[in-house]
Amino acid sequence: MDLLLLLPVLLPFAGGIVLLILKNHQKSQLYGNAVVSLFSLIVAVGLFSAIYDKGIYSVQLGGWEAPFGITFVADLLGSVMVLITAIIGFTTSIYSLASVDDERVKYGYYPLIQFLLMGINGAFLTGDIFNLYVWFEVMLISSFVLLSLGGTREQLEGAIKYVTLNLLSSAFFLAAIGIIYGLAGTLNMADLAVKFSAIENEGMVTVVAMLLFIAFGIKSAVFPLFFWLPASYHTPPAAVSAIFAGLLTKVGVYALFRVFTLLFTSNTEYTHTILLFVAGFTMLSGVLGAAAQNDFRRILSFHIISQIGYMIMGLALYSPLAIAGGIFYIIHHIIVKTNLFFISGYVNKIKGSYELKKVGGLYKVYPWLGFLFLIPAMSLAGIPPLSGFWAKFTVAKAGLELESFMIVGVSLLVGLLTLFSMTKIWNEAFWTDSPKDAPEDVKPGVFTKISMLTPVIILVVITITIGLYAEPFFNFSVRAADQLLNSGEYINTVLGGGS
Amino acid sequence: MIIMLAILVGVLYAAGIYMLLRRSIVKILLGLLFLGHAANLLIFTVGKLTKGKPAFVPEGGELVEPFADPLPQALILTAIVIGFGVQAFAIVLFKRAYQTVNSDDIDKLNSTDSLERG
Repeated sequence: MDLLLLLPVLLPFAGGIVLLILKNHQKSQLYGNAVVSLFSLIVAVGLFSAIYDKGIYSVQLGGWEAPFGITFVADLLGSVMVLITAIIGFTTSIYSLASVDDERVKYGYYPLIQFLLMGINGAFLTGDIFNLYVWFEVMLISSFVLLSLGGTREQLEGAIKYVTLNLLSSAFFLAAIGIIYGLAGTLNMADLAVKFSAIENEGMVTVVAMLLFIAFGIKSAVFPLFFWLPASYHTPPAAVSAIFAGLLTKVGVYALFRVFTLLFTSNTEYTHTILLFVAGFTMLSGVLGAAAQNDFRRILSFHIISQIGYMIMGLALYSPLAIAGGIFYIIHHIIVKTNLFFISGYVNKIKGSYELKKVGGLYKVYPWLGFLFLIPAMSLAGIPPLSGFWAKFTVAKAGLELESFMIVGVSLLVGLLTLFSMTKIWNEAFWTDSPKDAPEDVKPGVFTKISMLTPVIILVVITITIGLYAEPFFNFSVRAADQLLNSGEYINTVLGGGS
Repeated sequence: MIIMLAILVGVLYAAGIYMLLRRSIVKILLGLLFLGHAANLLIFTVGKLTKGKPAFVPEGGELVEPFADPLPQALILTAIVIGFGVQAFAIVLFKRAYQTVNSDDIDKLNSTDSLERG
């Protein structure tokens, strides 16, 4: 069981190193990565089912008992995030087979993907806030290289913005960690939760809360800290933007969920009100930004921002149902958003452009592709009975129960505008005729089709399953939220020295 | 000593943020470096300075209060190493961008933000 908890980190690490050694052997890069990802998926399923059955589990590393050693801990939220990461990692590795060019593979694309997944999994499983910083950096440095690999002008420009703002957020994160240590003399999150409730200097705790909010807010792209995202996510190849879009911002959201349910719960009147305002503005600015765009991936990038708003709204309302809605939203969103980026990459493969004005008439030639696009797109907009509907419904219902009518109104309006953006893509890319000066369609070969569409189909099936068979997913979210809000079990497991 | 360090941290933060707001990419880079150092020094200062006392006592030695806390140093060491790697990457990235765009003005790097792709 100890090993099972560490494998989501160790496996990508070992896989990444092996892939680095086999750097000049192209075939082993391609399939080695797929095999490692498949094993990661199996491990993640194992971990998830173990946590689901037996409750929170923790491991102390380095032979030091908590709170002195580094703690790894998996609760329901952490383990489900690891599971989704593994699903996205696996689908991306299949998708990359045909869509990533040889040049990138030669310069270490696959090892970087593995290191990225290692950083993400580490962030989900660690129970130590300084360790969380380290995993963030592992994830960031891999994403920096993945983003700029290729070195076109667009990519470099996007990368500069991405790198600068993310380094800024790391500096804030580090400063917050320093102050936390000065205040409480510990960095273990469970121990911090105990110590924080006894601290008299409440103002200082709120300062730390806000510093961490800015640090994680930049990473999860909330208003008004999101500007790096639409400037960079559309520049790398589709496989890279898909994995970024699905996972990276959600690591920030996960960190927000973790610290604002475990550590900063004494002054919710103040902190969570700020979160609520931010959530509303995030939703609105994201969706309005998208309305102005004409590029497939830029529209989707802005929609990441507006969707982040819903998750933060769930956190900010801070009732069991709202948190459950937020968790449900994260699960649904990662699957759907990654899928939409996959599809945009396939459209680009056929039409040679992401620019909606240069794309058209896809429905006539590829009706099934239209169908595959329509499911995640409608799910994103929240059309019943797809997964996005239940996610939005839960969050909105929680808002109504707490009589926060403003934010519910905003969320419903944003849902409507999301539908507008999705129909815009549908009209421009699928329904209108292809523009006259458009180049001939590239007919993808069989291998390309299998490699690029299998992941799409897998994710569409998951979306439909969550939609039509929502109850177990919803019950799970409620359980996970319950675990977050009653942090006693988490604290006991960690400080009790393993379960 | 703590007051001096606190002022230094403040100055570094101010300088870092001022530099980040400049248009030249070299200055932005310097700003990032300053902010990294500021955060490290902040951990050092907030972790409480203990002058002239050892952090580690040899086995069997006597433990005299107050002893120095080694953890902030360990944290800073980790943060310095990470910061070093990340900043080295940033320097190379900024140089490549300068070579590609042929300008060090951040306002010229707007092709990914404009609606019409340049």
